Amino acid sequence: MEGMDAIEVEGLRRRYEAADGGTRRGNGGSQGGFEAVRDVSFSVREGEIFALLGTNGAGKTSTVEVLEGLARPTAGTVRVLGFDPFTERSYVRPRTGVMLQEGGFPSELTVEETATMWAGVTSEARPPREALEIVGLGARTQVRVKQLSGGERRRLDLALALIGRPEVLFLDEPTTGMDPEGRRDTAELVRQLRAEGTTVLLTTHYLEEAEQLADRLAIMQAGRIVGSGTPEQVVAERPSRITFRLPPGTEARELPLTVQAAVEGRRVSVRTHDLQPVLTELLVWAREAGVTLENLQARSASLEEAFLEIAQAGNRRDGEPKGSKGPKGPKGPRRNAWTGAKA
Amino acid sequence: MDGGEGMSTTINDGGTARTGPPRDGRPGRLSLRRIRALARAELTLLVRNRSALFVALLLPVCLTASLKASVEQADLSGTGISVGTAVLPGMVGMVLMFAVYSTLVGVYVARREELVLKRLRTGEADDLEILGAAALPALAIGLAQSVVLLTGGALLLDVGAPGRPDLLLAGVVLGMAMMTLLAAASAALTRTTELAQLTTLPLMLVTFIGSGVFVPLEVFPDRLADFCRLLPMTPIMDLLRSAWTEQLSGLGTLRSLAIAVGWTLLAAWTVRKRFRWEPRR
Repeated sequence: MEGMDAIEVEGLRRRYEAADGGTRRGNGGSQGGFEAVRDVSFSVREGEIFALLGTNGAGKTSTVEVLEGLARPTAGTVRVLGFDPFTERSYVRPRTGVMLQEGGFPSELTVEETATMWAGVTSEARPPREALEIVGLGARTQVRVKQLSGGERRRLDLALALIGRPEVLFLDEPTTGMDPEGRRDTAELVRQLRAEGTTVLLTTHYLEEAEQLADRLAIMQAGRIVGSGTPEQVVAERPSRITFRLPPGTEARELPLTVQAAVEGRRVSVRTHDLQPVLTELLVWAREAGVTLENLQARSASLEEAFLEIAQAGNRRDGEPKGSKGPKGPKGPRRNAWTGAKA
Repeated sequence: MDGGEGMSTTINDGGTARTGPPRDGRPGRLSLRRIRALARAELTLLVRNRSALFVALLLPVCLTASLKASVEQADLSGTGISVGTAVLPGMVGMVLMFAVYSTLVGVYVARREELVLKRLRTGEADDLEILGAAALPALAIGLAQSVVLLTGGALLLDVGAPGRPDLLLAGVVLGMAMMTLLAAASAALTRTTELAQLTTLPLMLVTFIGSGVFVPLEVFPDRLADFCRLLPMTPIMDLLRSAWTEQLSGLGTLRSLAIAVGWTLLAAWTVRKRFRWEPRR
């Protein structure tokens, strides 16, 4: 626990009004509106990279927008560098950099004009060209924004977020739409910023990215945090997995396994916390029986598996106990919180 | 893109060192530097937007001809108004409606729909700076046009210098403030850029018919004229015309000022309550 918290979130709730008042339309539930963030608490230490994960509509962007000071919390408190980002915005803004999920730039300005404008509204801004070069747009300064590719737009957005040398950086899905090289460059940049002391809060769809970058992360599901810790901690409790095809003429019960296996047709899937001994057991048996295990795969748990599992468990937990909510929609983690498409 | 372009230079030299007092951070103070940066970008955009530029620059000039024609048809006898003192304020009214009001509704809606307003609000500029700076280029064009049209018109129509330049100034300044705020209020009620052409129509029509832009209210029946005096642009037109005709009494001047200020405040209140900084999705 060295250093202080750059970001503190305590009991945050955010509700979108049903009809007019809110920024987005709700699902017309019994209380009207839609509660996108439901009692979320976490903190990010100074100099840390913190990743917020979740499926679409989990509430990541709704949470980040409150931290960015774009919206007032419905309930709970939020502090960025010790200040309320909404009511004390003039104290917070000069020290933060923001990359929204979708950049907002006039399409008829050139890249350089956009950066110049942004530098003009930022105190102690670095020269626009320097910011553009940092993100690899140095050769595209005279191009109109409307002619940029999706990945280039994200780079431009990143350049603007960095232009004021922020102490705290909010990156809402920074690499969506970038090609693999762009994603690698961005990851490299974020690491370097951390090395220089910047605090980074990022949301992402790419779990490997979170796994590689984040010091700590939280998984959101239906407006709540359903799992958090270092990537190692989150993954550690998850079992490894072995899969293969059942050899012809072999029945599932003949398998030598001491752990439970799930058989689906001819496909066998084993989940274990002791990958090596179980795998050894299996391979020795296969050699002695003289059979080939087709499509054999063995892998440790990844953040992706952990994520899917936690998210699905969160779904189940979230669905049942609240009778007032009515029936759940035809499921899947893709439920859209913005349109409130629930049933 | 070329990844070696410079991703490896030092990015945030001051990252760790900067734990001292907050930078800048004086609340409630407008920054000229920020306003200039935003207004400059907005001017660039206006110059690149052909149709907006046409509406702002040429339409008022072109319509001046039809203005003169319509005024000449009206029976001005006994009103104390000449063709010249009817046309000159009408031209300013036209400038206010097209160069300022119509242009700015388009600007506000377009910036909102492009998420520019939302993005700007993540930065240091405050709301007033963002909306005000976006209006500056249109206001500057409107002002320049007014000066050119009034000077040219006064010479061509043989009107001479206004006897009450203070009323002229009050009319122009109040008109611009009112039109800017009405534009922001209209933008609050406009969902898409396409709809902006529709939502500006009511005020345009009401103004052209009922506020004495084309035909002075003096030729209307009294009851109708009294009602029309409550419309937003009517007091502006009265103030402008009186700069030459000096027809407004002291009380009449106050009344016009009050109505104009009232509409301006109502628009400001609507903006405060209803303005959206991002599109409905």
